[in-house]
Amino acid sequence: MTDPILEARNLEKRYPGVTAVDGVSISVPTGRCFGLLGPNGAGKTTTLEMLEGITEPSSGEILFRGAARGRGFREVIGIQFQSTSLQDFLTVREVMRFFAALYPRHAGIDDLVQRCELADFLDRDTRKLSGGQRQRLLLALALINEPDLVFLDEPTTGLDPQSRRNFWRLIESIRAEGKTILLTTHYMEEAERLCDEVAIMDRGRVVARGTPRALLLEHFPPSVIRLPASALPGRVRIPGVREAGSGQVEIFTDDVPHTLAELEVAGVALESLRVGSPTLEDLFIQLTGHQLRA
Amino acid sequence: MISLRRFLAALRARLPEFYRDRASLLWNIAMPILLILGFAFVFTGEDEDLFTVAVLGDAADSPFAATPHVRFVPLNALAPGLEKLRRHQYDLLIDVRAAPRYWLNDSAPKGALAERLLLGSYAQAAPIMPTRQTVAGAAIRYVDWLLPGVLAMNLMFSCLWGVGWVVVRYRKNGVLRRLQATPLTAFEFLAAQVAARLVIVLAVTTVVYVAALWLIGFRMQGSHGLLFLTFLVGSACLTSVGLLVAARLRTEELADGLLNLLSWPQLILSGVWFSLEGVNPAARALAQAFPLTHLVDAARRIMLDGAGLAEVGPQLAILAGLTLALLAAAARMFRWN
Repeated sequence: MTDPILEARNLEKRYPGVTAVDGVSISVPTGRCFGLLGPNGAGKTTTLEMLEGITEPSSGEILFRGAARGRGFREVIGIQFQSTSLQDFLTVREVMRFFAALYPRHAGIDDLVQRCELADFLDRDTRKLSGGQRQRLLLALALINEPDLVFLDEPTTGLDPQSRRNFWRLIESIRAEGKTILLTTHYMEEAERLCDEVAIMDRGRVVARGTPRALLLEHFPPSVIRLPASALPGRVRIPGVREAGSGQVEIFTDDVPHTLAELEVAGVALESLRVGSPTLEDLFIQLTGHQLRA
Repeated sequence: MISLRRFLAALRARLPEFYRDRASLLWNIAMPILLILGFAFVFTGEDEDLFTVAVLGDAADSPFAATPHVRFVPLNALAPGLEKLRRHQYDLLIDVRAAPRYWLNDSAPKGALAERLLLGSYAQAAPIMPTRQTVAGAAIRYVDWLLPGVLAMNLMFSCLWGVGWVVVRYRKNGVLRRLQATPLTAFEFLAAQVAARLVIVLAVTTVVYVAALWLIGFRMQGSHGLLFLTFLVGSACLTSVGLLVAARLRTEELADGLLNLLSWPQLILSGVWFSLEGVNPAARALAQAFPLTHLVDAARRIMLDGAGLAEVGPQLAILAGLTLALLAAAARMFRWN
């Protein structure tokens, strides 16, 4: 295990009447992609902004490469906020030049244009970009100083599935360059695909942390069977059946053929049945007792 | 550590809006020109009274008082009356307190006619003829008097909204937060906003000024260099007011209200439209607190009276001092979030 590039100990952020972040400790390993997961309002963004140095924590400690973050911290990090407007009346190229000039050393603009696929709209006013184009520009700005640590706050929220997949490829290429990525998301699919390690947050606290695979193995049997609740005859008793919301029930099992046989014996209609692996979404519901986007 | 590189980058990023925001540019240039042309048109009509005569003492003491179509304006002191006579605002000035005396402006055609009426009335009715004195000076039309005020007013709106409102909007929509995440410091950012606004405002003011020279045939009495310096200091001061407003506010509506609250009293009480000579002393004292008052005053003296640095020095010093105080307060109060 590499040394952590960023560590937080007992972070708290209290606003009058609300504790947004309530004792969060995390450790981000160098060169990995670390995900903060949780529903809206879980405190992910506030935690991220404290780590970025944008918001001052009410209490707690943040260490960058083992020491307090100094003046040079901003020069070695890149940030993509959840919602950012850019200065009016500037084109994509001008915005990139502006941000590049703010750093003592910066990436080649042509290189970034290619990496983030900006060539088609380089001279367009930034207010006229589509959602996906805009996110790629914001990512390019986050990378403009060749940062060692990149913060991405809900980078694909609001993107269509195609743009989202494109964006994932970009993030994977950044990780492949050896940069550390710290991202927040409420899409579990995104976390499963991108993150080496995750911390699941709920109501201002971290409720679980680890690699997605280890977390799932720790909490679930390897398979889950889902079927409509209506398929179960009234008084059938199958061990391990539980409500999954939206008129669905689910059964976690180590032995899929055995469970299927049991269902068949009980006279359950198997037409709409699906077999799969538990996801981080299942884990989240298991840990917090509520839906991710309730 | 202040970085010139970052300051210049932030300055450059604010300048393209000057030529890309066509609507604002057109409005900033067209509005004052239309105002000036409008006033030039409105005030070209003849007065109902044929002559305006200023009187020191009681007009009824003079046989001239019986003359029809003459408007008599009572005066308290000689000097301001003579000043207006020089600018053709009075046709004649008479002093009837002791042995009658009168003044006229050599270059004012109506003055010579008014003089004949005056002497005629005395010849018929009075034992002593009034003694004659003259002053010199070219006519100043209302529109000439208005020009410095309109230039200053236009500059005020551009400074206040161009910085105050825009910075608040940038705070609300996250532009500032994104910049906060870079090495750009608050001081560099604010200095760049001020510098960019000065460039834009002075360019627009120059265009409007040149257009006025051409359209209404304004005749500049003073130094263009000094006038430029005056507008530079004045816009720095008004921009600082905008920055102070923008230091913490988070909604454009609040900023808009506050900017209106700050600009309208200045617009009315700073002598843009009418001279403050006759207004309530409390209002006049209040007007001394307004940057626009000093800017209009200095610009008008330079443009109409040919005042030099020594004469407008106090106004420029007040504006410069106010600028420093406002900037320091704005920088101290400023929040990115």
